[in-house]
Amino acid sequence: MDVFKLIAGFLSGIIGGMGLGGGAVLLIYLRIFEDTQQINAQGINLLFFIPIGLTAVIFYSFKKLIKWKTVTVFALCGMAGAVGGYYLSSLVGGDFLGKIFGSVLVILGISEIIKGFHLKKGEKGGTIKKE
Amino acid sequence: MRVFVCAISGYTNFEGEKMKKTLKNALSGIAIGIVNGMLGAGGGMVAVPLLKKSGMEQKQAHANAVAVILPISVVSAVIYLINGQVRISDAIGFMPSGVAGSVVATLLLKKISPKYLKIIFGAFMVWAGIRMLMK
Repeated sequence: MDVFKLIAGFLSGIIGGMGLGGGAVLLIYLRIFEDTQQINAQGINLLFFIPIGLTAVIFYSFKKLIKWKTVTVFALCGMAGAVGGYYLSSLVGGDFLGKIFGSVLVILGISEIIKGFHLKKGEKGGTIKKE
Repeated sequence: MRVFVCAISGYTNFEGEKMKKTLKNALSGIAIGIVNGMLGAGGGMVAVPLLKKSGMEQKQAHANAVAVILPISVVSAVIYLINGQVRISDAIGFMPSGVAGSVVATLLLKKISPKYLKIIFGAFMVWAGIRMLMK
């Protein structure tokens, strides 16, 4: 059993379970450290997220955090979007997808850092503004 | 077919404001699905701010984002499997420790102060993004 695999899985589970990017950590690990092809890495990441997401959702629903009505609308339409997304990915091709993914990471990473600095030190949950 | 179900779910509320909101949620869902299906990740990054816009506070948005992305990931994963882009055996090795991590996440979510988490994770993303661009 590969220790790095265990650690990558564990960290991705934490980040994915928190709803921070659907476990992008595993995808990054696969691309940078295992040299997996982009599309294959994406597929692994998706499969990986199913038990992780399921575990987290069961916990959250026991804590009554899930608003099922809103989730249902988002999810049903999201499933339709996923079909379109896969179609787009096959149009674009693996190499270019990797570049898109890299660019998205840089942009989102910078915005996360900025958001982080805007939060007060002890603030929990990171509510910047309440509507 | 799914687009049809999706449209139906958008039209079940006929009152003006409510319907507007549902329609907005429906469009948000489609956007999340496209990102998730195309990049195999990142749905959460899109879902959290959109769920916040629909009126949730930060932590609730994170929890609900997972619930939104889960069925979307199932659909995406099935498409990837059918098209031979991935095998279940490729992913299985990561799952046990991943589930353990996920349990830890649900316990931490209520307690953690996201300031440093965001900064550290953001820096990691920038580094990883640059590495991917240079590949």
